[in-house]
Amino acid sequence: MADVKNNIIVDIEGPIGLITLNRPKVLNALNHELMAEVVSALEEFDLNEEVRVSIITGNEKAFAAGADIKEMSSESTVSIMLKNNFATWDKIRLIKKPIIAAVSGFALGGGCELAMTCDIIIASETAQFGQPEINLGVIPGAGGTQRLTRLVGKHKAMEMILTGSMISANEAKAYGLVNKVVPVELYLEEAKKMAAEIAKKSPLAVRLAKESIMKTYDSHIVDGLEFERKNFYMLFSSQDQKEGMQAFLEKRQPAFSGR
Amino acid sequence: MAEENILLIEKNNGIGTITLNRPDKLNAFSDELTFKLKDALKEMERDSTVKAVIITGSGRGFCAGADLASRSITMESAQKPSLGTHLRHRLNPIAVKIRQMEKPIIAAVNGVAAGAGMSLALVCDFRIAAEEASFIQAFTKIGLVPDTGSTFLLSRLIAPTKSFELMMLGDKLSSKEAFELGLLNKVVPAADLMKESEALAERLIGGATLAYALTKRAYNRAVFHDIEELLEYEASLQEIAGRSDDFMEGVKAFNEKRQPAYKGR
Repeated sequence: MADVKNNIIVDIEGPIGLITLNRPKVLNALNHELMAEVVSALEEFDLNEEVRVSIITGNEKAFAAGADIKEMSSESTVSIMLKNNFATWDKIRLIKKPIIAAVSGFALGGGCELAMTCDIIIASETAQFGQPEINLGVIPGAGGTQRLTRLVGKHKAMEMILTGSMISANEAKAYGLVNKVVPVELYLEEAKKMAAEIAKKSPLAVRLAKESIMKTYDSHIVDGLEFERKNFYMLFSSQDQKEGMQAFLEKRQPAFSGR
Repeated sequence: MAEENILLIEKNNGIGTITLNRPDKLNAFSDELTFKLKDALKEMERDSTVKAVIITGSGRGFCAGADLASRSITMESAQKPSLGTHLRHRLNPIAVKIRQMEKPIIAAVNGVAAGAGMSLALVCDFRIAAEEASFIQAFTKIGLVPDTGSTFLLSRLIAPTKSFELMMLGDKLSSKEAFELGLLNKVVPAADLMKESEALAERLIGGATLAYALTKRAYNRAVFHDIEELLEYEASLQEIAGRSDDFMEGVKAFNEKRQPAYKGR
């Protein structure tokens, strides 16, 4: 049963935890309450054993067209710093299960940053990505300068962030920002398909794989390789490793238990 | 003085008809006309009662292309015009909108379609022309590059040998010749042009419109997936041509009704 919150709709469909941003009148502009709802839904999914993968989506017109400018227009340096609203965003990094962004329409500013905070991005062919903060006399504040640069490279990130221009879904795919571009009628379905594919794997292996990949962002490759190796060894204490390899040898599908 | 009613819109039984209406200028694209055409296309796209669109012209012309007297092209000021900017803001968005709109768009070509006017006809989904209509890649004659999509529309719609010849030499094609080259769906007597175009629109409206919309999307992907990049490239080249002495000379000679003396710069 869908749980309709103030700003989002939370639903569980089999192994998929679905978060739908639901402020259509303002193109899903991200305010603080919305982000708090998103994070608390993700945290609940993380503790719910039935949920294997989360999807964050908006609607056809907008994934999220940016931060709620009204909410922040009158802030001062001190007031905005003391509120420390981005601390909510920072918690997304601690989510252990994979998150897929299913993006259609505008993913701008905070919307683009939210999509980049996810682990995989499935885009409709009408999706548009951009960091237009420069047009308002500020810069991205929820990770845009860091994540976009890592995803598309320094020069394209400079172009997008310094000019505030948008790129199409196909361009975003060419730059490695999105995984897949599909017709607008199918983007959510495509995201669910990929989620279902991941949900079939051992959740322990998925978890350690995500952790190991994320490690590349904050470590030297030597430490990252060691981290990966230890996670690899650790999985040999799981029933899923036994089952996975046994099933492979017996030429049958594995039945992972998550233990 | 502002011209009135330079673009007419009619909606009837699911058919949206857009008529370029500057007959004394052969419906050449003034700045205002390009903006009105773009708005009209957007309105047709939004209006769910409109299932098919016809674009035609009033009087003797379908569309004579960019109006060399338009504010963004005119050389009255000392500065040379930026034709690249002109294309990016005025004509290219129209070409993109016609390709992107997922409703069939029929060009009912009533008379001369020259320069960007020919591009307008070529970018539509169907072309029905009156016997008296004609098609001219007029660009190089005044020292310019084919634009508003003509370079890739022509070379993708018909064989490269002929398309390049048309672009380079700018010879006038009659409806019959254009039909034989595969540029037109049908040629009809002028008196039947709108009737025939409406009949085609009605047939499309009566069909599986979702399938048509998806077919247009797939066709765009197959044939025009790079339309924005190519339009941008044309605009860049036109920017170069627009700064040339040859373009100045071409326009001057055209206005003075004499042969131009080009220098290749």
